[in-house]
Amino acid sequence: MAGVMTAIPRPEVKKRANIEVLRTPGQEKEVVFDTQNLNLWYGEKQALKDINLDIREEEVTAIIGPSGCGKSTYLKTLNRMVELVPSVRTTGAIHYKGKSIFDKSLQVEELRTQVGMVFQKPNPFPKSIYENIAYGPKIHGIRNKMILDEIVEKSLRGAYIWDEVKDRLHDNAYGLSGGQQQRLCIARCLAIEPDVILMDEPTSALDPKSTLKVEELIRELKNDYAIVIVTHNMQQASRISDRTAFFLDGEVVEYDRTDVIFNEPTDQRTEDYINGRFG
Amino acid sequence: MKYIDAAQVHKRMSIRLFINTLAKIIFFLSTIFGLVVLGILIYRVFSDGVSWINMDFLTGKLSTDPEKAGILGAILGTLWLMIVVAPVTMFLGVGTAIYLELYAKKGKFQAFIQTNIANLAGVPSIVYGILGMTVFVRALDMGNIVLAGGLTMSLLILPITIVASQEAIRAVPHHLGEASYGMGATKWQTIKNIILPAALPGILTGAILSLSRAIGETAPLVVIGIPALLIPFPGSIFDKFTVLPMQIYYWTLDSSLVEEYAYLASATIIILLLVLLLLNTTAIVIRNKFQKRY
Repeated sequence: MAGVMTAIPRPEVKKRANIEVLRTPGQEKEVVFDTQNLNLWYGEKQALKDINLDIREEEVTAIIGPSGCGKSTYLKTLNRMVELVPSVRTTGAIHYKGKSIFDKSLQVEELRTQVGMVFQKPNPFPKSIYENIAYGPKIHGIRNKMILDEIVEKSLRGAYIWDEVKDRLHDNAYGLSGGQQQRLCIARCLAIEPDVILMDEPTSALDPKSTLKVEELIRELKNDYAIVIVTHNMQQASRISDRTAFFLDGEVVEYDRTDVIFNEPTDQRTEDYINGRFG
Repeated sequence: MKYIDAAQVHKRMSIRLFINTLAKIIFFLSTIFGLVVLGILIYRVFSDGVSWINMDFLTGKLSTDPEKAGILGAILGTLWLMIVVAPVTMFLGVGTAIYLELYAKKGKFQAFIQTNIANLAGVPSIVYGILGMTVFVRALDMGNIVLAGGLTMSLLILPITIVASQEAIRAVPHHLGEASYGMGATKWQTIKNIILPAALPGILTGAILSLSRAIGETAPLVVIGIPALLIPFPGSIFDKFTVLPMQIYYWTLDSSLVEEYAYLASATIIILLLVLLLLNTTAIVIRNKFQKRY
């Protein structure tokens, strides 16, 4: 089998000098999510083991790893969506901007307003494009039509889909192509004005062209948001992320700047995975 | 060497095709059987009853004289009954379905309730009549009024409505709910804005089909004690009443005394069938109109 596997070409990254600059203390962006010794079980099965991870503002953090390694679970823990599974149990701590997300005084609805999520499959509501975007602001109490109009336009522009849909805002969102639907879902996420956007393999259901558009969008969005993206696509991680965490069997094997992970990984397993020797 | 021998296959081909055709004929005949019986029934009913249907029959009061008897009282009774049954069943049925599907923790308690609902759907309707008699007519001392009959009917069709609504809610794709929760919506906001609208066609179809069962049901009302000859029209849910199937029941019962009662029963059956047909058509139209793809 080994001979069949093709090595994934290493991404072109600027060499050491740059890395040194980025590593200089003081240049580090502020931490938004601080994970300490996080363990998570689905019933008896442990899905996350002693996760320690910092997620920083204005950066794209990519989480890579083979299927079933816990990367989606970790992502869904950050906005506590993982609790929709009844048998979930966690230990350890995650702090969001210094405050524990498991604290009783922080309502899960408030957390999710600040930490938005984009899912693997585009999942617009069976409503009009306008209503899809206005949904979030409406549930958070915005009733004023003018403000809603403004949020809708701003969000759609933010997701670079405004020009494609501005003439058919009141058409059903299912009339859009898959790639447009996913950008609509990103726009819908922007409409709740979050600080962090979690993306769970957002391009896995899209064709290469739509994927590229979404990637461009992510690169734009990181100027204003902290983005955590789970991806199966290693080139994608290397193209768009600033930091990369490699998960394996529920553990973080290695977490560093993306160029370090892809060029000089310290762990043999990281190198093997990145070069397509398994996974 | 091949395991499947072409010559052998060819030899057995004709018998295989024969069995194939035979199967088709058997299933066709079983379909026809039901249709033929239904056809005969409808023919009998129409040939007996259709000549008795006229404006006087539709708008007249009940009478022992077959020439003067009308069924407006029974039509109004059926409508009043539905005015009680429809909202009570919709609220309790959909409410229970929402609780069981979206709020209740999956566990022994939930499984216990679920099993009981499934079993209740199979309880004979006359048992519900006894329940209604005991609770509404006697214990709550309502007497045999529309409200008591309607609540009894609601209990009867509640299990079906719950199960149908549960199916409809379960059929709403999970990713729609996730999208809503992911934006910080509460459970109720998600249910109200996303899940219920998506489940509505299924819920309505189930509800209308179970309502048509309530319209045709007789046994529980026999137990509650609906008067055989009720002259005044019901004007509110607190009045005594009769309904179309009860009228069919009594006229059929007494047709050995007065022959014409049998024709009146047939005429009433035609009206009842028309009402049911109308309701089922509505159900189909609603389902088709609101059906959305995900």
